[in-house]
Amino acid sequence: MSLQSARHPDPVDPIFRGLAFAAATTLLLTLGGLIVALMIGGWPAISKFGFGFLTSSTWNPVTEVYGAAGPIVGTLITAVLSLAIALPIAVCVSVFLTQYCPKAIAQPVSTAIELLAGIPSIVYGMWGLFVFAPWFARTVQLPILTSLDPESFWGKLLAGVPNGANIFTASIVLAIMILPYMSAVFRELFRSIPPQVREAAFGLGCTSYEVVGSVLIPYVKKGMIGVVMLGFGRALGETMAVTFIIGNSHRFPDSLFASGSTLASTIANEFNEASGVHLASLIALGLVLFLITFTVLAIARALLSSQRY
Amino acid sequence: MDRALRRKFANQAFVVICTGAALVALGALALIMFSLLTKGVGGVDLMLFTADTPAPDSPGGLRNAIIGSILMCGVAMMIAVVIGVLAGTWLAEIGGDTPYGHVVRFLNDVLLSAPSILIGLFVYWWVVVPMGGFSGWAGAIALGILATPIVTRTTEDILNLQPNALREAGMALGASQWVTVRSIIWKAAGAGMLTGGLLGFARISGETAPLLFTALNNQFLSFDMSKPFASLPGAIYPFAMSPYETWNTLAWAGALLITLAVLGVNILGRWLARDKDHK
Repeated sequence: MSLQSARHPDPVDPIFRGLAFAAATTLLLTLGGLIVALMIGGWPAISKFGFGFLTSSTWNPVTEVYGAAGPIVGTLITAVLSLAIALPIAVCVSVFLTQYCPKAIAQPVSTAIELLAGIPSIVYGMWGLFVFAPWFARTVQLPILTSLDPESFWGKLLAGVPNGANIFTASIVLAIMILPYMSAVFRELFRSIPPQVREAAFGLGCTSYEVVGSVLIPYVKKGMIGVVMLGFGRALGETMAVTFIIGNSHRFPDSLFASGSTLASTIANEFNEASGVHLASLIALGLVLFLITFTVLAIARALLSSQRY
Repeated sequence: MDRALRRKFANQAFVVICTGAALVALGALALIMFSLLTKGVGGVDLMLFTADTPAPDSPGGLRNAIIGSILMCGVAMMIAVVIGVLAGTWLAEIGGDTPYGHVVRFLNDVLLSAPSILIGLFVYWWVVVPMGGFSGWAGAIALGILATPIVTRTTEDILNLQPNALREAGMALGASQWVTVRSIIWKAAGAGMLTGGLLGFARISGETAPLLFTALNNQFLSFDMSKPFASLPGAIYPFAMSPYETWNTLAWAGALLITLAVLGVNILGRWLARDKDHK
């Protein structure tokens, strides 16, 4: 270690500080550059179609008319559905792991769940396409299709080609994908609660259901909402798991079992064959996706950082 | 009495539901791993590592894709470690408490979970278009941008855990901030920072979406990163979508390889971090 006196400051020091500052600024520039790229790249489409880009569900590369309503609605439906499936299960899993599970099993199971959270999404997509979709078409979709009156409410809601590639199966695969992540973070939240809180509730004579439902969950409510938003953000922007299984059609989704598309899956599918207005429309889809996810993530981060334990 | 019974019943129902949900969740995840193993193991043989991606219905392997993935991830990690460690150090040691520091930390958190396909669009616009074509460099930059926030975040967290006595000791010896950080803080936090790097590596090695329109794909073995470049995810995606059985088998084998690599790196990272805790 070289020693320095105050009179001869280390000449490397300002360079180090400058480099570190530049690195931090790079992060800022990346996000800024992303916004600029999406705006410039998407501008030809935005200026041509105007506000109608968001409300029209026509997506026609032949006539060069593009509207994002189909993918936007598809994105929101799959994300909300997958969250509705994954959230209760994730809460139950984390409660089970922190409250009921024998200690000897809890640790390995928790580690396994955390490891599963790191598995690449393309694996979930392949499982959905090759294993889950055929099974779903055979054992769920076909019986429903043959037993329901196609004119009834349920018949319309569950109509679709029985090949298993639809909005509903995409949502389930998405739910399985965000499940390990959400369970792992919920578990961390529950573990961060001081043991006295739990003990006090038990001391009042609460059953464990009342402890969890009336004391523990309210205690970490803000953090949980933050985690839910993070999971939502992940589901919104997930590309590969969805692209494999959603069926990739651009019409406005009119039934749960109909094929659809999301913002991310449309970009992934068509980008390499696109040019001109088509390319600009795809980049504009990216801008829409960015605005939605940025809002969701910003709220999530604000909630999470306001509740650190 | 009635009320007590009701409470008891609700409690037991809750325990059953929670246990059931845990079993369902673990079952679903186990099912996926089972499919991956049974479908993937069949495709793993020596040829997987020695032959390049084949034409439909002919034998082949994934050598070019494996090498491509390793090269691109390697370059990406160099970018991510240099920028991430410096940025994390800036946040922890220099400017993290300034308003600008808060903005940078917040945006880093947003980047951490931003959809990877948007990073692909970003690199397409700023690298692929100006350079005039898809290239391995563009793919590596996209992956690097994805890993940087992870490295930044873990570096900052680990450095914040280092006791202030270390910094004071350095200053008391008359060392400059640079020397203190380099010779004391980074050394003390080494294992944790390595874990951060490994986590970042695990995250990007399976990323597919950002490679689709940055590195594209390459059917042949290539070390020229200024040209379209092969990668494991980039090979798996079209192979899995194709109607050819030989390609599907290769896709499953590739997916198994990636998953094993990701799991291995994650376990290594945890093991290093745990080792540090126990000292």
